[in-house]
Amino acid sequence: MTTFLLAWQSLGNRRTTALLSVFAIALSITLFLGVERMRIGAKSSFTNTISGTDLIVGTRAGSVQLLLYSVFRIGNATSNISMDSLDAIESRADVAWVVPISLGDSHRGYRVMGTSNGYFEHYRYRNKQPLQFESGQRFEDLFDVVIGAEVALQLGYQIGTSVVVSHGIGAITGKKHDDMPFKVSGILQRTGTPVDRTVHVSLAALEAIHLGWDGGSQSSGFRIDADQVRDMDLQPGSVTAALVGTKTRFGIFQVQRFVNEYKNEPLTAVLPGVALQELWSIVGVAETALTAVSAMVVLTAILGMVTMILSTLNERRQEIAILRSIGAHTGTIFSLLMLEAVILAAGGILLGTGLLYGLLFFITPWIEQSYGLFLPIEAPSLYELKLMGLILVIACVVGTVPALRAYRQSLADGMSVQR
Amino acid sequence: MNDTDALKNPGVQVNSGSDSLLALNDVQFHWPGRDGFTLSVDSFSLDYGEKLFLKGPSGSGKSTLLSLICGIVSPDSGSICIDGVDIAQLSASQADRLRADKLGIIFQQFNLLPYGSMLQNVLLPLQFSHARRERASASGMPADEARRLLQRLGLAVEQHARGVTRLSIGQQQRVAVARAIIGNPRLIIADEPTSALDADNRDEFLKLLFEEVTHANAGLILVSHDQSLASRFDRRMEISEIANTSLTGAA
Repeated sequence: MTTFLLAWQSLGNRRTTALLSVFAIALSITLFLGVERMRIGAKSSFTNTISGTDLIVGTRAGSVQLLLYSVFRIGNATSNISMDSLDAIESRADVAWVVPISLGDSHRGYRVMGTSNGYFEHYRYRNKQPLQFESGQRFEDLFDVVIGAEVALQLGYQIGTSVVVSHGIGAITGKKHDDMPFKVSGILQRTGTPVDRTVHVSLAALEAIHLGWDGGSQSSGFRIDADQVRDMDLQPGSVTAALVGTKTRFGIFQVQRFVNEYKNEPLTAVLPGVALQELWSIVGVAETALTAVSAMVVLTAILGMVTMILSTLNERRQEIAILRSIGAHTGTIFSLLMLEAVILAAGGILLGTGLLYGLLFFITPWIEQSYGLFLPIEAPSLYELKLMGLILVIACVVGTVPALRAYRQSLADGMSVQR
Repeated sequence: MNDTDALKNPGVQVNSGSDSLLALNDVQFHWPGRDGFTLSVDSFSLDYGEKLFLKGPSGSGKSTLLSLICGIVSPDSGSICIDGVDIAQLSASQADRLRADKLGIIFQQFNLLPYGSMLQNVLLPLQFSHARRERASASGMPADEARRLLQRLGLAVEQHARGVTRLSIGQQQRVAVARAIIGNPRLIIADEPTSALDADNRDEFLKLLFEEVTHANAGLILVSHDQSLASRFDRRMEISEIANTSLTGAA
């Protein structure tokens, strides 16, 4: 207790430098814990991009590739799956629902996805949240379009805006399906998932605009009126992929085996959670680098604190000689210096954590709005407490440097300080 | 309790027959890690309550001798008995405790911790010595004893709670006397305590120091260059009369 009081008072005597040290540590802790929160938040956002879907079915491919084009709209499928296959899956007793997905076109850089109204019902993200409409509604008319929040924001679209879909992917090069303009019927709320950057149309509409198209170009002289097309059979023969929900958890594996062993067509069914984890292990490397950098910042701050203590040591030799003269053990001198390091580090950790929560309180709504990154404000996790403990231990270890030095100095100085 | 700890230790020789407060015999010492400098004391003693003036130039082994007497360093051989306890036989932490219990030390200057009030500085030794805390509490609270001491040394009550950084050197040295004397240690060691003071302050300081040392019935070793102080002491010695120093083996 005496030692603690002495250390406390001695620090109080050097308030300015002590507070600066505490502040440097606090900022580094805020950065470190903040980055950790972001990392964990990003990971959970990422791995929760799609939930509530039990299986993703596509043509035979690697699970990551299937995930990339079906959920993240990155890249293309090598081939489609036929409607017959989908019907076969849907007719199984253990399958609850099937939502087909058809990709291939784009609108001003955003991918156009053909799907059914079931998509808005069954697609779930982050803790099984359903898609919500900011305004408007699902597909009613053949040429209705539902756009993600990002698309609406960037292109300034509102309900009723006309949309022309380009053939193929790419902002400029694609030929336009300008004979059949679409109309925005619904705008989705922000989700922080690729849904925000997707233009949703019905499968039938996608089929309609491709009537008379052969591969990449429109056959000459074959033009159909947008009204004529409504009377035609617009059931597509194939789609790119499908989201499948099963009735029971056990059903998942039965359906997966059924799909993977399907005879008529080479198909793959993947568990989205597993594939997302696999994909995260690839993109997560950058996050690890960020963590490493912020850990370095914490180390730098601790080293700065120890440097501060070391630099005061010489002018404090007299203080130490006084303490020795009234009977303080060399061990007391050692623990005095150690305690200073611990007090500064602990102060920094407390202040830093406080700053983190203050910051989270203010920026969380903004981050969720702009990046769809959801950072819950909750008590420090066990992992974070362990990190804080580790930082304190590091401060103790590094704190032995000035402590040992003061110890040796007090031995060598003897009764009088050699100046 | 601390007083008797050392006595209970079987490794400690208690020289109960001796009537000296301090006795050094056949002491040999060299600073660890420093080449060449050795100090030896054949025989030296100080009686209870005796006031000794010790004169010695810098480099005469003064601080080494004081470090030995204070138990900050331990001799290679020989004995250093304080109040019957051989400090050379004690472990480092036992020596620290003996110093806390039996010695009061006054430096040349910068005697006080810059943080803490006058009162806190005076009370500091009591946190390291149970025996002195008991003695200081004999007639009430230790803080009351500290206030009495400070007042006797001419430091007004309203100053006691204030910080020490704005005090004059003369005032600081008087606070140092109060700190050295609180709880009645057996021996006061003052290392050139007047060298930073002007003539008036020096005489006043010495008068007060003598009063307090006599009042506490403690022994006093005062080291100084200033021969004019010497006449008031019971005994006057040169450091060279006590200790032989040599520089051997130096390159």
